[in-house]
Amino acid sequence: MTFRALLLASAFTGALFATGARAGDLTIGFSQIGSESGWRAAETTVSKAEAKKRNITFKIADAQQKQENQIKAIRSFIAQGVDAIFLAPVVATGWDAVLKEAKEANIPVVLLDRDIDPSGKDLYLTAVTSDSVHEGKVAGEWLASQVGAKACNVVELQGTVGASVATNRKKGFEDGIAGHSNIKIVRSQTGDFTRAKGKEVMESFIKAEGGGKNICAVYAHNDDMMVGAIQAMKEAGLKPGKDILTVSIDSVPDIFKAMAAGEANATVELTPNMAGPAFDAVIAYKSKGTVPPKWIQTESKLYTQADDPMKIYESKKDLGY
Amino acid sequence: MTVKLPRIGTAQILALAAILAINGFVSPQFFDIRLQDGRLFGSLIDVLNRGAPVAILSLGMVLVIAMRGIDLSVGAVMAICGAIAASLADDHSLVVTLAAALGAGLACGLWNGFLVAVLGIQPIVATLILMVAGRGIAQLITEGRIVTFTDPGLAFLGGGSVLGVPTPVVIALAMLALTLIVVRGTALGLMIEATGGNPRASALAGIGTRLITLAVYMWSGLCAAIAGVVAAADILGADANNAGLWLELDAILAVVIGGTSLFGGRFSVVLAVVGALIIQAMNTGILLSGFPPEMNLVVKAVVVLVVLLAQSPRLASLGLIFSRRRS
Repeated sequence: MTFRALLLASAFTGALFATGARAGDLTIGFSQIGSESGWRAAETTVSKAEAKKRNITFKIADAQQKQENQIKAIRSFIAQGVDAIFLAPVVATGWDAVLKEAKEANIPVVLLDRDIDPSGKDLYLTAVTSDSVHEGKVAGEWLASQVGAKACNVVELQGTVGASVATNRKKGFEDGIAGHSNIKIVRSQTGDFTRAKGKEVMESFIKAEGGGKNICAVYAHNDDMMVGAIQAMKEAGLKPGKDILTVSIDSVPDIFKAMAAGEANATVELTPNMAGPAFDAVIAYKSKGTVPPKWIQTESKLYTQADDPMKIYESKKDLGY
Repeated sequence: MTVKLPRIGTAQILALAAILAINGFVSPQFFDIRLQDGRLFGSLIDVLNRGAPVAILSLGMVLVIAMRGIDLSVGAVMAICGAIAASLADDHSLVVTLAAALGAGLACGLWNGFLVAVLGIQPIVATLILMVAGRGIAQLITEGRIVTFTDPGLAFLGGGSVLGVPTPVVIALAMLALTLIVVRGTALGLMIEATGGNPRASALAGIGTRLITLAVYMWSGLCAAIAGVVAAADILGADANNAGLWLELDAILAVVIGGTSLFGGRFSVVLAVVGALIIQAMNTGILLSGFPPEMNLVVKAVVVLVVLLAQSPRLASLGLIFSRRRS
């Protein structure tokens, strides 16, 4: 895991630097997408906290899901002469002009959570993102480790059709269970990443699979759909977490509540802390000229019922999810 | 001699029966119904239960459309009222919670009605304002997160049952009965049809078209509020980003499938509800069939097209000519 070593190293230099006299001088502007989801709100909260920890002056511009607002915000950050710009791009293309302006002004840009069109690779310092294929793989491998050699029929609640996250988490899970011929995905439908649709789709799956008796596990592309699916299982007289194993992705607070109640088994975290590694990379770059790799992958941590879910719930519930 | 089928409603009932039959074919246990924890349980019940919010919306939408109007804001109003109900549920009594949520729905309807009836703005533009702004208001109420609640009273409205029948179905039936009594038990329905057919003539004939327009938009707002509360109660939380999203289109579709013209005039409340059930029976069928999700919208489009074509008077007369030529 070289990236982790790198992360550690940059975190170390960051920590050193944070105690230095010049740490407070850094000003970083962040063009955030807007409040599209609870995770996004949590990312903003955590970013502010991480900036405070490092004594960085942090300016957030809310783009309300519009690229033109993001471009305006970046231009205003350039005019203010910030030390670095963080960008959570709302779309993948159309960034060349404004990123060139930032480059000419010698202001490094770090992408958070999402990547942009490959043509612009030299226009940013690094991208801090999670690998959604890897997230799915962690979920699949966990399930494989749980069922052993037993035959296991899995039903899958997909994200929105065509969303890259959904495609990747599906592929990753299939990679994770590859080589375990006893694990089979018997049904797969989209629940549009929402609780209501997750519940509706799970209701149908239960009826189509002999009242749920033929289902051994549920895999949901996000926790919200799983929360809905858990309700559907309970209403059908099944015991989620016992009769039917559950594994989903994101680690939103409510799934930890379900885990504490024994109704969910595992969740893979999409960390809201993308800014932390980004700060460290910028600090290392500014102080020592260390050029970070083009991609800093965040950790996809697996949580199970053994990880004191109630405590994690308490720590996450006020982040704005 | 052939049996003469009633001109209105045959196509819709046949379509619903056909879709249910197809569902039974792709999923043999479709018609199985059993009791689970004192609640009826089965795919057919799912169709009724999941179809309830759109059915309730269509009760408001059908009257608005009969007035030659349209209400695009109902999905956003659902989100607002669901958010209000979920935010208040744990700290207030059920009466206060419901009064606040339904009151907000009526206020939204009043706003729409004011823009249309008093300021004379075209309905599609007037309600578009609240469609866009309303979701933002709902997000402000929930602060962008999913607000959950544990109050059993509110939860009962989504997950409970009365004599085994899921509460949303009971609420939808009660609303249907109420709507029928109000519009068919009195002259109100006739006045709505008259206003939709020719507002000027109706006004000259002494109908208070402005007041009726206001009342109809408020009724639509109230229906949206009830649907929003049911949707929030179902998932034990309010999801401002997704609650009621695009449901205004499903409601309009239900009304259109039910044979009510977008140009106003004659309407059928019952067939609008049948339209909502057709849409939901199709959705549930797709989920049970095991089709890949990429096919969902294509299948839906084809079915809607077939149902609408079956109602087309031109196509019927074409068919008549065709059969005459053959004989």
